[in-house]
Amino acid sequence: MRQTIVRNVADLPTYGYGPRSGPWWGAMGFIALEGMGFAIAIGAYLYLYAVNPNWPIGAAPPDLWPGTAETVIYLLSIIPNEVTNRAAHRQDLAKVRVGLIVMALIGIALLVLRGFEFAHLNTRWDNSAYGSIVWLILGLHTTHLATDLGDTVVLTVLMFTRHAKPRRFSDVTDNVFYWNFVVLAWLPLYVLLDWVPRL
Amino acid sequence: MSVTADKRELRDDALNGLQLSTRLESLWRTPSGFLGALMSVDHKVVGRRYIVTAFVFLLLGGVLAILMRVQLAGPEQTFLSPDKYNQIFTMHGSTMMFLFAVPVMEAFAVYLVPLMVGTRNIAFPRLNAFSYWIFLFGGCFLWISFMLNVGPDVGWFAYVPLSSLQYTPTKRPDVWAQMITFTEVAALAVAVEIVVTVFKLRAPGMTLDRIPLFVWAMLVTAFLVMFAMPSIMVASTSLILDRLVNTRFYDSSSGGHPLLWQHLFWFFGHPEVYIIFIPGTGMVSAILATFARRPVVGYPVVILSLIATGFLSFGLWVHHMFVTGLPQLGAGLFTASSMLIAVPSGLQIFCWLATLWDGRPVYRTPLLFVIGFIVIFVLGGLSGVMVASVPIDTQVHDTYFVVAHFHYVLIGGAVFPLIGAVYYWFPKITGRMLSETLGRWNFWLAFVGFNVAFFPMHILGLIGMPRRVYTYTAEMDWAHLNLLSSGGAAIFAISFALLLANAILSLRSGALAGNNPWDASTLEWATTSPPAPQNFDRIPVVKHRDPLWADNESLPVVVGLSLERREVLLTTLAEADPQVREASPEPSIWPLLTAIATTVFFIGSIFTPWAVLWGTPPMAVALIGWFWPGGSKENEE
Repeated sequence: MRQTIVRNVADLPTYGYGPRSGPWWGAMGFIALEGMGFAIAIGAYLYLYAVNPNWPIGAAPPDLWPGTAETVIYLLSIIPNEVTNRAAHRQDLAKVRVGLIVMALIGIALLVLRGFEFAHLNTRWDNSAYGSIVWLILGLHTTHLATDLGDTVVLTVLMFTRHAKPRRFSDVTDNVFYWNFVVLAWLPLYVLLDWVPRL
Repeated sequence: MSVTADKRELRDDALNGLQLSTRLESLWRTPSGFLGALMSVDHKVVGRRYIVTAFVFLLLGGVLAILMRVQLAGPEQTFLSPDKYNQIFTMHGSTMMFLFAVPVMEAFAVYLVPLMVGTRNIAFPRLNAFSYWIFLFGGCFLWISFMLNVGPDVGWFAYVPLSSLQYTPTKRPDVWAQMITFTEVAALAVAVEIVVTVFKLRAPGMTLDRIPLFVWAMLVTAFLVMFAMPSIMVASTSLILDRLVNTRFYDSSSGGHPLLWQHLFWFFGHPEVYIIFIPGTGMVSAILATFARRPVVGYPVVILSLIATGFLSFGLWVHHMFVTGLPQLGAGLFTASSMLIAVPSGLQIFCWLATLWDGRPVYRTPLLFVIGFIVIFVLGGLSGVMVASVPIDTQVHDTYFVVAHFHYVLIGGAVFPLIGAVYYWFPKITGRMLSETLGRWNFWLAFVGFNVAFFPMHILGLIGMPRRVYTYTAEMDWAHLNLLSSGGAAIFAISFALLLANAILSLRSGALAGNNPWDASTLEWATTSPPAPQNFDRIPVVKHRDPLWADNESLPVVVGLSLERREVLLTTLAEADPQVREASPEPSIWPLLTAIATTVFFIGSIFTPWAVLWGTPPMAVALIGWFWPGGSKENEE
């Protein structure tokens, strides 16, 4: 079949930010399905809550301080996360490097706190269905936290090496975007895990 | 700030004809040799592997079906022991649902969607390769377990407490649960790829109302996968945790609840039916338009029906649980929604019938399978409306009536369109035509064999034969219908043998297909058969819903993509205006290595929870290797 050239796209950029980039849509896809995973887990929690006359089962509610401290840090982390985002859009390598280091440190701090949170759930996974679902949900979120931390660390290394090319800033903004999801996912989980047992 | 590439870079407007093709082929081809094959990220290579592997699993699942029919052909047979029968019906269901039906539909999408939307590769090609390896390893794991007599034996639904440690202390349910994880990871990865490919990689001008109906169907399916599969992920993870580390999700003595399993399983399980059926409707629309020689009537109606079916499919799961003692109000609601879903399905069928009515149909093999689909699926839909009703469902629950119903829906709704699709797209994928004579024999044997095999099951169910039983006594008076059913199954099996023979013979000596042997209208037919590694020498521009019928003299194209690195053109979501020239990943061994690490992780965790600890670092290393920028131009710009 003959071809008729109707447009030249040579002047288009070779990468984009946010909805202009493929990876951003990929992240959106995974956020959608992972968000559904959280929703289903929350549904399972509420189902078990509904079918059991006593809740929590044979345990005190979780100690509040680890989850609350995490929540505060999560919310505060949005500030350096957003600063990193803006620096990445400006392709300000120095500030991006600092931002990534700060976010990696925040991730490490949260992982340590998460360890305390598991220890202060006041139930083991094998005590009852309550213990099981609480451990499952917290484990699910911890997996996301650890994954994002891994991504942040790798990106940090990239930005300190010869791989710190312009298109890599787009990857940084996607990482920022995913972190916002990790934070957003935590907020209903915090209410569910720490406050619902106190109702 | 964005950066445009160096203007001196060699672009596709600098070359023409053979020079351009040769240059693009060397840029996009899969590396040669065994290692090269393992590194492939070409969606066509991965798609072909996916399709062939899924059909191998169909063959295996079919053999199991025949074994069951031999056992049930007469009363009190001893061909299979009860234990072996349990394994076989579990493996049959699990293989067909998880290793054939969903993967084969996604496999066709992996191959076809990038071609149909006019791009050079699927979004996230390495993820695509990874998903195939995971699917392959998961399927092999299940079947090797079966061969080693550790195959699951608690049904493809693995209801607790039957699948709990207390009642099944072997590793069989663990194998099943981990197989679920494998297939789920693979399916989810492909779903995201399809969504992003359709959203961002469409050819310029392919606005939302110009997307081919098959692509629309796969888009809706991808969303169903994304929103349904997490439920089985939570369910199967909870099951395996109950079995391995003594969690109590389903243990009623510790606050757990067995019905939680059924809710989670069927919240996934019913959309699963539509994950299988909706791609079938997309295939039907594609085939019908081509062989009716006119566009499908009611394009917007068909799309809205697809979307409505997708939404409604999430409101049906409880109709699998009518006999579990749920509140009447809930049963009424789910009865209504179960019946309601017949409306969008019916609308599509009327659109297809109108297309045939108003067209100039050419009755080639693909169209025969579509007509077979319409007949069988309508029958399955009617029995579906019956079992959506609580009183009828209560009577026929767990009888062969239900077996008949879901085989009518699944085989009628998915396998008939799929075989039609094989005949339709085989020329594009292989460059060779399948034999029309063998195709007609194939169709009639399949159509007759299927109905003889499955229609008697309706009657068997109504006269009380329960499903999942390995035998029955002569006094039950079920023998004649069972023998008839087994005879039909044999004919049905012969039809598949004929398809296989046709494929092998045609691959060796089938007539050459040419680019567009059916004179079809969609973009996959605008390129060579089989397509070159780059799919298209230049990216087409779409100005009509049926571009090859509207622009049959000259195809409008864009130029300006690089000839020095792999590039795909990203376009806007609604209008498909060109937006970005984005790099497409090069071949890599890391997806395979990551899949191997993931497999070791999951299989290891069946035997020891510590596998989660020692299995994680290899996965992390493999993932870093996967994403680490290489020295290629794509990464160093």
